[in-house]
Formats: sequence, structure tokens, C-alpha cells
Amino acid sequence: MMGRPWGRGAVIAAPYLWLGLFALLPLAIVLKISFAESVLGIPPYTPLIDTGGDTPEWAGTLESYRRLISDSLYWRAYLSSIGYAAGTTAICLLLGYPMAYAIARAPKAWRVTLLMMVILPFWTSFLLRVYAWIGLLKGNGFINNALVSLGLVSEPLPLLNNSFSVYVGLVYGYLPFMVLPLYAQLERLDWTLLEAAADLGARPWRAFLSVTLPLSWPGVAAGSLLVFIPAVGEFVIPELLGGPDTLMIGKVLWDEFFENHDWPAASAVAVAMLALLALPMALMRRSLSEESA
Amino acid sequence: MSEAAAQPFVRLEGVAKRFGATAAVDDVSLSIERGAFFALLGPSGCGKTTLLRMLAGFEVPDRGRILIDGADVAGVPPYARPTNMMFQSYALFPHMSAAENVGFGLRQERLPRAAIDARVAAMLDLVQLRHLAQRRPHQLSGGERQRVALARALAKEPKLLLLDEPLAALDRKLREETRLELVRIQHRVGITFLVVTHDQEEAMGMASRMAVMSKGHVVQVGTPADIYERPSCRFVADFIGGVNLFEGRVVETRADGVAIDCAELDQRLVVAGGGVAIGSTVAIAVRPERIELSAAPSALPNRLAGRVADISYRGEASSVNVALATGRLVRVTLPNVGRTDEPRLAPGIAVWLGWAPEAGVLLTS
Repeated sequence: MMGRPWGRGAVIAAPYLWLGLFALLPLAIVLKISFAESVLGIPPYTPLIDTGGDTPEWAGTLESYRRLISDSLYWRAYLSSIGYAAGTTAICLLLGYPMAYAIARAPKAWRVTLLMMVILPFWTSFLLRVYAWIGLLKGNGFINNALVSLGLVSEPLPLLNNSFSVYVGLVYGYLPFMVLPLYAQLERLDWTLLEAAADLGARPWRAFLSVTLPLSWPGVAAGSLLVFIPAVGEFVIPELLGGPDTLMIGKVLWDEFFENHDWPAASAVAVAMLALLALPMALMRRSLSEESA
Repeated sequence: MSEAAAQPFVRLEGVAKRFGATAAVDDVSLSIERGAFFALLGPSGCGKTTLLRMLAGFEVPDRGRILIDGADVAGVPPYARPTNMMFQSYALFPHMSAAENVGFGLRQERLPRAAIDARVAAMLDLVQLRHLAQRRPHQLSGGERQRVALARALAKEPKLLLLDEPLAALDRKLREETRLELVRIQHRVGITFLVVTHDQEEAMGMASRMAVMSKGHVVQVGTPADIYERPSCRFVADFIGGVNLFEGRVVETRADGVAIDCAELDQRLVVAGGGVAIGSTVAIAVRPERIELSAAPSALPNRLAGRVADISYRGEASSVNVALATGRLVRVTLPNVGRTDEPRLAPGIAVWLGWAPEAGVLLTS
């Protein structure tokens, strides 16, 4: 009898241990570095507790955070990232909703195949697929060559290294994350509800707005979060497809860390980003729990 | 309902619908008078639900015409039809309260808010759910959900209300109460009700007229009493209520009917009726409650000797299976009114069965 509560405790403790080790601890380290000062050396930052004197002294500083606020580069990068992420989320939602709807309403035998086609790109390296887009979009790339040879344009369109190509990359990369939760939600929808709506006089569009959309709201929220959050911090796509004026916080973080070797600044950027992302997530959770209440 | 308005209100003319290789509904013609409480009765897969869905506009007939109040509804989408449907699963909107569900159809018509609220309140009063107006469907019991679904379907005052197995999801006690309630509400609102059910008791208890369907065809239309007393064929006789069917060949036409040589019983039976040729194969249907059971040989023209095989006590009546010498079982229903002249029944006791020629029904198909 003694063993059982102990065993149960161990099972419950396992996920917490995992979270503590691999989520909270790294976060705590990043948080700690963000309060330090950058120095030349290994590690390239000062300790938070100064043990040089007679008594240990707090040596932390908010310098990195002050810079985040005072240097317009950072908040412009944040705003621009949020703009890209919001735009990407909106486009993914507009493209993904009809896709998920079509898959959910397709004959059962077709659904697995259609879902596979959504997931298929994951079988190739993300990096390779982004490079493939370079090949498609560049000045003498596939699309421009096709357009020029068809005589539709006289000279190649500027498709690469601008915000257009960043959006193409982001939407392309994150669309499955929108489609999958939406599909999961729509697949469970009781279609007789739509018949009931039609029977009660709702035209298809009204039935969609008053029945399908509200009932698929959890899928919309989940998909939007899954797209928005990683898109804000995206680095690879703006790095490879973006231009010199593409400003995204993931790239800023990379530069601070690898170009400037300013670990505290990079950490502060990361912590601020996390705080910024926690906000929409909390709001979304709030609205979802209200929905289900 | 008034018998005066007897012109057909709903008319189906040669309606047919196939799903792949199977004919779900095959050449059905049917008339339903205004204000009727009409039941479509049949076993599952007989096409009754398909017929209902064609009336609602969810399915398009392959052939034939459907007229509602004189107007051909071909090409009219469900949202524009003068019908409302109560779904078997109720199909209540889970994200809306009972009141919002009831008001859904009215909101589609963009009626003024006050008019919608008044109508919703009246409908909830009709089904006695005013106090639960703000509850979501998942907070309601099965019976309450059923009444919300009914109120929602009635809110727009459809010309024709379609009910798909309206009582199927309720337990027995509630089903009986709700059946009476449906009839009461139908009388009050005066709307033509078309109910689909596989339960003959349910259909007979509610409907003013009914149609029995089998394999996509309508096999008989009439009042519940008509259909019970004068089934048109073996299928109807067997499907509606309990029945003993005796197959045989017509051997003689008599003043009181026809005599049939029943090989199965090794004897002749007499049944009221006529119009059958000597030598033709027919069946006699006898309801279990029309057969008299006695200890002494019956004086009735049809009599059979046998032994009690088993008795099942059902409260208001007992069902007795009597085994004849040929091994054939005959079902007899005896009301439990405490008669004293009855033989004390127990399995194995020898008894006589008897019935009058008028108690049987002559079936040719």
C-alpha cells in the first residue's frame, strides 16, 4: 500500500521534472544573462553576484533592457515582426480555412490522402524548401523566366529579398500549422447542424457565420497561435528570403548573439519577446475558456 | 382539425430517389390533407427518412414532383421552403441557449427584436420550458432538448412540420407523455405534421392518418384503425401489431366468406371476404386478441386444438403461445380482467382456439 501513492507521485512528477529541466531552467539561465553586462571573455558576460569584495554584492544591471527601449532598432524590429506574424496568420487563416473545410467535407476515403498532402512537405528539410523558394523567386528564377518567356512581363519582377518573398516563405512554412487544428475541429462538426440552419432559413453564408465559424473557433484560435507565435521569432525565412531592409526580431537576436557577441543584449531581446508573446496567448486562452464555459 | 379542408395539402407524384444502385424511394405517390397528423411508418431502410429529406429540400428527387400547398418545390433550396424539420438528433446549436436556438429561424427573417423575443417566449411557453430559456443544450435533459427542438421547428410557423423519429431518443415513460404532448401541440398550432417513425405503436398513437412503407414503396395508406383492422398485405399485417398468418388455397366460396384449405394446419379455415378465385393462394391474418381460448371445443367456425406452449405475462394482458398438433404456434392475447370461466392456464394444458370468420382478414398479396 505504501508503494502506490509513491508511484503515482512519480508519474505526476515526471512531466514537471521534464518541464523544469528543459523549459524553466534554460529560461532562467537566459533571464540571468539578460541582467548581466557584456565583457570580453569566457563566458562573455559578468556574474550577477560580485564576490570580489568582502561581502557578496548584487552586480546585475538593467542596461540591456534600457537599450531595448532607447534604441529604436529593437522596438521597430518587434513591431515589424508582429506585423509580419499577424499578416502571415491572417493569410494562413484565409487560405487554410477553406482547405481544412474542404478536407473535412471530402469523402472519408479521400481525407487521409489530402491530409498527407498537407503534411508531405515536412518530410523534406525546412531549410531546403526555403532554398527552393529562392530558386523559384529569384530574378532569373523559374517564375520570372516563365513570365518573361510568355511575354507577360518585359523584365523580371522583383520577387525575392523583399517583404513579398518573406510573406511567401512564412505563409508557405506555417500553413500546415493552421490547416491541421482547423481540420481537427471541423472534422468533428456535426453537419446536421448546417442542415438545421438551412432548414430554419439561413442561407449558406449566414449558416457559415452563425454556426460553422463559432463552432470552429477553438480551431481558429489554436491554428492562429501555432502560426503567429513561431512566425514572430522566425529567423531562417527573413534571413534567406528577406532583403536588407527586412527587419525581424529573430534576425536582430541572431545578430546580437553571433555578430556582436553581446549575450546579455540577445538574452534581453529573447526575454522581451517571450513576454510579448505571452500576452496574446493569455488573451486567447481567456476567450477559449469563456467559449467552453 | 377540420375535416372540411380535405384537399391534398402535400402531394407527392411518382417521386423516386436512388443512392447508387439502391432505390431508396421508388415511385411514391401520396397525398396529405391540410392539418393532418400524418405518420410515415416503416422499418429502417424503407425510404421514409429519404422521403422526409426530399420534402425538406436536403435531397433532390430523381423523378416525380413534390407539391406543398399547391406549389411545386423543385429547385427551392431548404432555406426557402415553407417547411421546418425536427431532426432525430435534434441538431440543436450547442453554442446557443435554448432561447437563441428557438429564435434562430426568426433572426434569419430579420424580424424586429421585440417580435422575436415575444415569439420565442410564446414558443417556450408552449413546450413549458420558459424557465430554462438561458440554458445551453448540454445543460438540458433529453426530454428538454426534444422540446427545444420542437419549439425551434415551430417558431417560424411552417406550413408543414417534418419530424424525424421525434421520440426515438427518449426513454419509454417520457416517450408516452411526449407523444400525447405532440398531439396536443399539433391541435393547438394547427400545422400539418408529418412524422417519420419505425415504431408502429408511436405512429398509431399520434397519427390521424398514416402510410406504411416498405422497400421504397408506400404499401398502404389509411387511418391507424384502417391499417390495423384491414391490412392490405402480409407485410402490413405482420409489421403493424402482432398477427397469426395462415397460408392456404381457396377451395370454396360461401355466404359468410371463403373457405381456405390450410395445408399447414391440415384443416379448413373460413374467413370473411371474397373476390378471390377458387384455387388461388391466399393468407388469413388473425390478430392474437381476436382469438378465443377455451377449455371446451369452440362453437365458432374456425377451431383449432392445441396445448399451451408458453405464457408471457405483460400486465394488462398475457400473451399465450399455443402449439397445434402440427407443431405450428398460434399466438393469443388474453386481457387480464380476472375472468373466472377461463381454464387455469399452464404450459402443457390442452386448450381450444376459436375465431369468427370476420375476425380474420383475407390477404391476397
